[in-house]
Amino acid sequence: MTIATVRNLRRASQIIFFVVFFWLILKTNFSANFNPADPHEIRLPYPVSIALEFDPLTALGTLLANGTVYKGLLWSLVILIPTIFIGRFFCGWVCPLGTLNHWISEIPSERIKRKGKQKMDSNRYKRYQRIKYYILFFFLTAALMGTLQVGLLDPLPLLARSIGTVILPVIHTSADGVTGWIKSLGVPPLTAAAQFLYDLLAPLLLTFRKMHFHTILTIGSFFIAIIVLNRIFTRFWCRGICPLGAMLGIFSRFALFGLEKKESACNHCNECLLHCQGADNPDIGAVWRQSECHLCLNCQGVCPTQALSFKFFPSQEVSKSNPAGTAKIDISRRKVVASLAGGAALYPLFRSGDAFAANTNPYLIRPPGSVSESDFLARCIRCGQCMRVCPNNALHPTFMESGLEGIWSPLLIARIGYCEPSCTLCGQVCPTGAIVELTLKEKVGDKETPPNRLGTAFIDRGRCLPWAMARPCIVCEEWCPTSPKSIYLREETVYNSRGEAVTVKQPYVDPEHCTGCGACEFACPVKDKAAIYITSVGESRSSDNQMLLKKKKEIPQYNLRGNV
Amino acid sequence: MKRREFLKKSGQALTFAAATGAVGAFFHNRDPFNYHPHLSGTTEFGIAADSTYPGLTLAKDSDHVAALNKALDAIGGIKRFVKPGERVTIKPNIGWDRTPEQAADTNPLLVGEMVRLCKEANASRVIVTDITCHDPRRCFLRSGIRDSAEKAGAEVILPDDKDLLNIDLQGELLTEWPVLKYFIETDRFINMPIVKHHSLSACTIGMKNLYGVLGGRRHQLHQSIDQSIVDLAAYFRPTLIVVDATRVLFRNGPTGGSLDDVLIADSVICSTDQVAADSRGAEFMSLTGEKVGHIVLAEKRGLGKIDYRSAGYKEIL
Repeated sequence: MTIATVRNLRRASQIIFFVVFFWLILKTNFSANFNPADPHEIRLPYPVSIALEFDPLTALGTLLANGTVYKGLLWSLVILIPTIFIGRFFCGWVCPLGTLNHWISEIPSERIKRKGKQKMDSNRYKRYQRIKYYILFFFLTAALMGTLQVGLLDPLPLLARSIGTVILPVIHTSADGVTGWIKSLGVPPLTAAAQFLYDLLAPLLLTFRKMHFHTILTIGSFFIAIIVLNRIFTRFWCRGICPLGAMLGIFSRFALFGLEKKESACNHCNECLLHCQGADNPDIGAVWRQSECHLCLNCQGVCPTQALSFKFFPSQEVSKSNPAGTAKIDISRRKVVASLAGGAALYPLFRSGDAFAANTNPYLIRPPGSVSESDFLARCIRCGQCMRVCPNNALHPTFMESGLEGIWSPLLIARIGYCEPSCTLCGQVCPTGAIVELTLKEKVGDKETPPNRLGTAFIDRGRCLPWAMARPCIVCEEWCPTSPKSIYLREETVYNSRGEAVTVKQPYVDPEHCTGCGACEFACPVKDKAAIYITSVGESRSSDNQMLLKKKKEIPQYNLRGNV
Repeated sequence: MKRREFLKKSGQALTFAAATGAVGAFFHNRDPFNYHPHLSGTTEFGIAADSTYPGLTLAKDSDHVAALNKALDAIGGIKRFVKPGERVTIKPNIGWDRTPEQAADTNPLLVGEMVRLCKEANASRVIVTDITCHDPRRCFLRSGIRDSAEKAGAEVILPDDKDLLNIDLQGELLTEWPVLKYFIETDRFINMPIVKHHSLSACTIGMKNLYGVLGGRRHQLHQSIDQSIVDLAAYFRPTLIVVDATRVLFRNGPTGGSLDDVLIADSVICSTDQVAADSRGAEFMSLTGEKVGHIVLAEKRGLGKIDYRSAGYKEIL
């Protein structure tokens, strides 16, 4: 196999993994197929979070934070173990964010810096590339202490989150907008063409209902920044920031596969430097850095004199003008200690905040089956899979609702969508067990099993039509999905503005039965700010955040599974 | 500066200025926006009265499909209501993500059989749709209606906001409202409600089932529930009302959720009179038409008779 073939294989691999990743996110969506074995339970036809389960950093982070490698995360060894032998093939061949950065970086530019000598210089190893290791150490000790932040910068959750909550909704809005505008022109052939294209794309790219997400701008700007930086420094993210790249760099420390440089054959044309993705010094005269190399094989491919070749057990032809061999990772002990200490300090810094005394956010409603808040923050990687899969668009990334510590973790906003009683999809797709996979029985409960509760509904009597405005309504009671209903009505005679007696049915909440699903808040006709709303008190996942005195068996145990 | 150059440059600037001014003048409008009311559609779904048939029939049979056929045959059979080549829209109650046993949605066997009968009568197109409360994909599936109706040959259409037409309902309360187009662009409208409890309207049967044709802010209709139901019934006047009283959700309606809330009644009602159908249906809830606000109001509006025996009543037990 020639090197040209291998490079083409690498390109094909990048395309395939990118497409598969994107496709899995598209399929992280409720498509109305029931499990044929159990017509009452709705399951996704594919294991859509599989791509995230291959992520070694997620596996390591969750292992440090909560002591287990959850379910499918064992797949990450499929990436990690080969890395030990051959190096960072993941970055050059597999990683979909790496691929995106690669493509964006390689778009031809008019800027002089991206050509010739400047480009050569920019592709030499730079000190800023050490930052990613410090970020990694910082996150890992933070995880060990109990706050899992790797997902913010881990490329797979980052890309899944950005595609799911930003890119796909933006595509949907654009498609609707453009089609609507073309139709408004009123030219029949154009309308037909637009409709045809729309119908062609809709099943592929668009959700059944257009999704809207909270704090889309923070996630979007972060993603755009990563993409734009590629135009200034080739693969800036991969070289300088990516903690997964850093982790794989460390794991490739003892790799058997590497670059062999033959000084005698080299004509110093520097083609290798012009095409280097990882800035790992492939040129003769500098020390090659295994931990920076993405194994894109461009250097070997473009070398006109066959001076460079990747092989197992590369021979090290050391001379004064060619300091061959593999350099140690370029990090200083002091800074490693500093980043470890910084990460360790992050946990007490976060957890000394008032939210961990009593001043919790009452509107922080977590998805059904979520583990207790402290465990949740040790598990959630903010991949956004639960938000993408929620058929009611109920789950959203937080901004500051769960503090800086929980940024972009899931939040249920009932005004936009309530939690469907018969749905357990968010737990099915969660790759880390922050949301436990519930059975339908655990979700809705029956005579023996208590239902999963997200919180409790409260009535704002100052805004409620029968309470404050002498008008009939009862929509909240109508929508309440529990049986018996958690909203009960009492007839009351009230007086309207003309002084006439009116009999209305005023709603009351029965906290004994309320599951906090938010259907009442969703349906309440007081449009801007609902007259009935849910807060988190009574949530199954917390043993503290309760108001009713309950028998012990009424507290479901599955939420504590991750805890023991 | 040469004269030619002066003329050329001034000409360019003047043309640009004139064009800018013209664009502003062209789009100038004292109203804040261009408003085009989009009203369309008529409803002529009813059939001529025929005194050879009873106004309301009720059949009881634990085979629900047989019950439907008996009741329908007694009122004249499908050919009386659907002529060859006609488009038929069937509106079951598919409001909630519930199984057939939970009785929050119309019995899927009845919907499937009705579709089959319409196809047998050579309807050109049989559509089954409803604007649901819960996610329509779930409601259509879990209710079993999608499956049974598709198997029988219907087009099962999930509601989409893009398919709403703004219709002037010409009611005393309801004027312009978004209506799903399949309830307008059709020749025959078969209303297939289920009998359910409802805390405000006392019961949800046929006329209340018409809420499901509306999009928009329909939760606000509850503030004048009787009037809004009657306005809808007055506008739509279905060809045939088939009331599913095979399972009756007698409490915790309209969502139910527990089998303890369901009463097995094994009955199907067919009627051409919406008021009579609801009045008879209400008896399954231990109510009478006189006790239900919207049924009383509908009779006053001249939409039918609460005394369902007056236009002929036949029971097949």
